[in-house]
Amino acid sequence: MTIKQLLSRINWKGQPKYLHPAYTSTLKRAPQQPLIPLPHTLSELTGPVYGTSDIGPLDHDLTRNAVRNGQPIGERIIVTGRVLDDSGSTVPNALLEVWQANACGRYIHKVDQHDAPLDPNFTGAGRVLTNAKGEYRFITIKPGAYPWRNHLNAWRPQHIHFSVFGANIMSRLVTQMYFPGDPLLALDPIYNSIDDEAARQRLISSYAHDVTQPEWALGYRFDIVLCGSKMTVFE
Amino acid sequence: MLTQTPSQTVGPFFYDALIALGKPFVPTLVRDGAQGQRILIVGTVLDGDGVPVPDAMIEIWQADTNGYHNHPADPNYAKADPNFSGLGRCDTVNEGCFEFQTVKPGRVEGQAPHVNVRVFSRGMLIHANTRMYFGDEAAANADDAVLSLVPMDRRDTLIATLLPSNGLPTYRFNLVLKGKGETVFFTP
Repeated sequence: MTIKQLLSRINWKGQPKYLHPAYTSTLKRAPQQPLIPLPHTLSELTGPVYGTSDIGPLDHDLTRNAVRNGQPIGERIIVTGRVLDDSGSTVPNALLEVWQANACGRYIHKVDQHDAPLDPNFTGAGRVLTNAKGEYRFITIKPGAYPWRNHLNAWRPQHIHFSVFGANIMSRLVTQMYFPGDPLLALDPIYNSIDDEAARQRLISSYAHDVTQPEWALGYRFDIVLCGSKMTVFE
Repeated sequence: MLTQTPSQTVGPFFYDALIALGKPFVPTLVRDGAQGQRILIVGTVLDGDGVPVPDAMIEIWQADTNGYHNHPADPNYAKADPNFSGLGRCDTVNEGCFEFQTVKPGRVEGQAPHVNVRVFSRGMLIHANTRMYFGDEAAANADDAVLSLVPMDRRDTLIATLLPSNGLPTYRFNLVLKGKGETVFFTP
């Protein structure tokens, strides 16, 4: 008998398909051929290792990391949570990159032509590392909704983009965090590309009064669950 | 098992956070003193109409020249090259093109030398996952356990071409997201 380490895989029940016609950009970019199951070799069981030296002192505070002549405009919020794998173990030293529109729904990106003001004190880009207990915390401005041209009168719900590196490369995740009670969620083809209700709910943060700081900022909690947990197999 | 957080598209506006902030997310995997044969990997991302995709992000992950990874799951972790990062990231703003400076990886567990490649873009709700093999490693490729899972008539989509070059050895690896010549993608 040999003991083999494997990683838990993506559960397709709770993931979007590549092709989701309601999101029109998928039409030309969705692979059509069947995916080939990839065995887990050391190429998959490994991944980049990050630490505090990869993070700048203000990377976690989007209200301060781009200040030029004042504070950014908008509702200051705290976003915190844990990164876990799907076995329930916390993931320390996970590197999270976040990006978002400003309070008016405008991205700093030059391709964003939405007729809403840029904020000279906000780029909407940050990074944060989870601590030994798998917890992260960053400070930002609540992003605005913004229009896009997917269909007539299309608006994206308020959201923050997340890019996550976990314990190995197979747990790599890029996703979006939404806010509770947003009426645009029901109309959004990107959010609704996921059929499974429990999985969809994972994308919605919760208001957390215990995170809210008096006279300063509202708190939201957003836990992230990655695939790629270690499984020991006896053969 | 806990319900996994679903993937959502990287969207069109990631540049200022994922590219412009730079280190550690850069297209150069080597630092001064890195061991092994330095190479360039170049390519273009193409959509289902054969049109270059100028708003994709490519990430690569690979072993060092000896086939070791700078990660504790690798039994040779302690011997991994400290001047080699293993992970590279590049945008495709320049007409869908990307370029990585890296080293030719060693063999990992007897596999042919390969680079793990991920594609993220607007219009992709979940990233695509593939592998790049080397056109000048025909014997190793013929024995590779992962390549052998791929239908014979599609294997060439995973094999990078060594270009004529006076400088660093340069391999071309195009990524076709859909349609004629669609790149073979593995489960992400």
